[in-house]
Amino acid sequence: MPEPGAAIAVDGLTKRFAATTAVDRLAFAVAPGELFGLVGPDGAGKTTTMRMLAGVMSPDAGSAIVAGCDVVRDPEGVKHHISYMPQRFGLYEDLTVDENIRFYADLFGVSRREREAQATRLLAASGMERFRDRLAGQLSGGMKQKLGLTCALIHTPQVLLLDEPTTGVDPISRRDFWRILYELVGEGVTVLASTAYLDEAERCHRLALLHEGRLLLCDAPARLKAGMPGTVVAVTAPAASAVRDALRSMPGVSSLLIVGDGVRLVVDDAGARIPEIHARLGASGLVATEVAVVPPTIEDLFVASVSRPGAERGS
Amino acid sequence: MNDAPAVLVEGLVKRFGTFTAVDGVGFSAQRGEVLGFLGPNGAGKSTIIRILCGLLRPTAGRALVAGFDVARDPEAVRAHIGYMSQRFSLYDDLTAVENLRFFGGLYRVPAEMLAERIAWAVEMAGLAGRETELVATLAGGWKQRLALGCAVLHRPPIVFLDEPTSGVDPVSRRQFWQLIHHMAESGVTVFVSTHYMDEAEYCHRLALIDGGRLVALGTPAELKRGSIAGALLRVECQPLGEALAALARAPGVLEAAVFGDAFHVTVSSAAPALRDLPGWLAAQGLRCGSIAEIPPSLEDVFVARVGGARA
Repeated sequence: MPEPGAAIAVDGLTKRFAATTAVDRLAFAVAPGELFGLVGPDGAGKTTTMRMLAGVMSPDAGSAIVAGCDVVRDPEGVKHHISYMPQRFGLYEDLTVDENIRFYADLFGVSRREREAQATRLLAASGMERFRDRLAGQLSGGMKQKLGLTCALIHTPQVLLLDEPTTGVDPISRRDFWRILYELVGEGVTVLASTAYLDEAERCHRLALLHEGRLLLCDAPARLKAGMPGTVVAVTAPAASAVRDALRSMPGVSSLLIVGDGVRLVVDDAGARIPEIHARLGASGLVATEVAVVPPTIEDLFVASVSRPGAERGS
Repeated sequence: MNDAPAVLVEGLVKRFGTFTAVDGVGFSAQRGEVLGFLGPNGAGKSTIIRILCGLLRPTAGRALVAGFDVARDPEAVRAHIGYMSQRFSLYDDLTAVENLRFFGGLYRVPAEMLAERIAWAVEMAGLAGRETELVATLAGGWKQRLALGCAVLHRPPIVFLDEPTSGVDPVSRRQFWQLIHHMAESGVTVFVSTHYMDEAEYCHRLALIDGGRLVALGTPAELKRGSIAGALLRVECQPLGEALAALARAPGVLEAAVFGDAFHVTVSSAAPALRDLPGWLAAQGLRCGSIAEIPPSLEDVFVARVGGARA
């Protein structure tokens, strides 16, 4: 039974394409005013889920309630309460920024006054005011995404569905984008955003980690990290490959990766293993600049949930 | 073994009409180094990479790749590099081995070596048993490793990768990066161009490009140490909206941004802020939870070093 009052409630949601189950008995609920992330690699089922929630694709099984509408029974009804920004938002490249906004405002039946107020606010928040007369086709990737968001938000939806809004967008534009999203949730809009970038997951209030159509984990980022099995230790050292070789046969290590400044490993017990790391490095004539416990990333969690310990290839 | 840099760039300039896309860039990369190129859209990253691949002629300055001058000898440069694009241009309707054979021909791998090189690539990419599968049916991680195999079939000493692991599942991504480090250990120099900071963490050194200039160059750890004025704190405080407004005017706070259910707050100095901020927030009627200094992420570095005026 979906939680009463949820802005989005999904239960047993399933979609098959021929032999592939793209979305497999998905269940989660999003509270009003929550910024919720659908996080996972390509092929995890993010876009298919978004499409079903937007009422543009019907599920094979399960239920989805969005903004109080049953999207299975009434896919048209939901469209009045949501705004959906697909990966390729339909901007008119031969129209200017302003003309695109006007087009979508007319489509959603937004009054001129409302349109002006909303467009001014959103363009200011995204640093795009001085580009109002530029053709959409001449905007950078990041600016196109921000214009897409402005058009999608020109009417005030209860629920905003964003499919990979930051793909191909540089970090500065991505920060702008997230700032706008936090403002919207501050005003009570519910936001469901998907991303293939696991570092972005940290910005969501809560997130669902998807893998091959299934829900791996669902919680607040800090709670998910607190539940990480094992402890991540970063060994900063030159000659990372020698460090890796020295630590390879150490017991209690479930992952051992070369990164830019050294090696990252997941150990069962940091208190016992850190002295052992120093001892093993010393025995091999190696010196680490630093050996420290670091917070796990969402990627660490993802990998720990999908792979058996030691399944990663060390070389 | 010679110690000449694998890539040497000096005073590199590229103009398109009146627009200066690359403005006096200089750096070098050693054999076996993994060098990341970061920068906002339109910063000049791709122009530099195209010049280094011998596809664009510089307006001024010089670039030596594997000892060859990109302006004088672009053909030789192209024979000594491998290139893998973001959307790894494989042929979906050919099998894995057919793709390798095709790229082997394109890169003029001698016929007598081709079978051995293909066997090497199949092994490296973990494709044994899947050689005759159509590329269209391979999952992302396999495709990506096959594309890498195609790009390095002719044993180039220098390889360029453009956002190589975007969208790939994390397990495959980690395997891919361990392969890259394995290649680097054997002396191959790897250039990686990316927007994604988790890819950047795998690089030995990072070059930050903005407005056609090199604005920072160093190891990830060096950049994290040297880029932030002051210190970065993670602050839990409720309610979020009021807390953000309060933090923006709190003493010693340079910048505050929402980060999930907490804030990342840049302060001029960590110790006084850790001591005074909880009381100050409480005096504003806010509930302050945990507060702690955190290391800046590469994204913090990027935002601090690259001009904020860009849209």
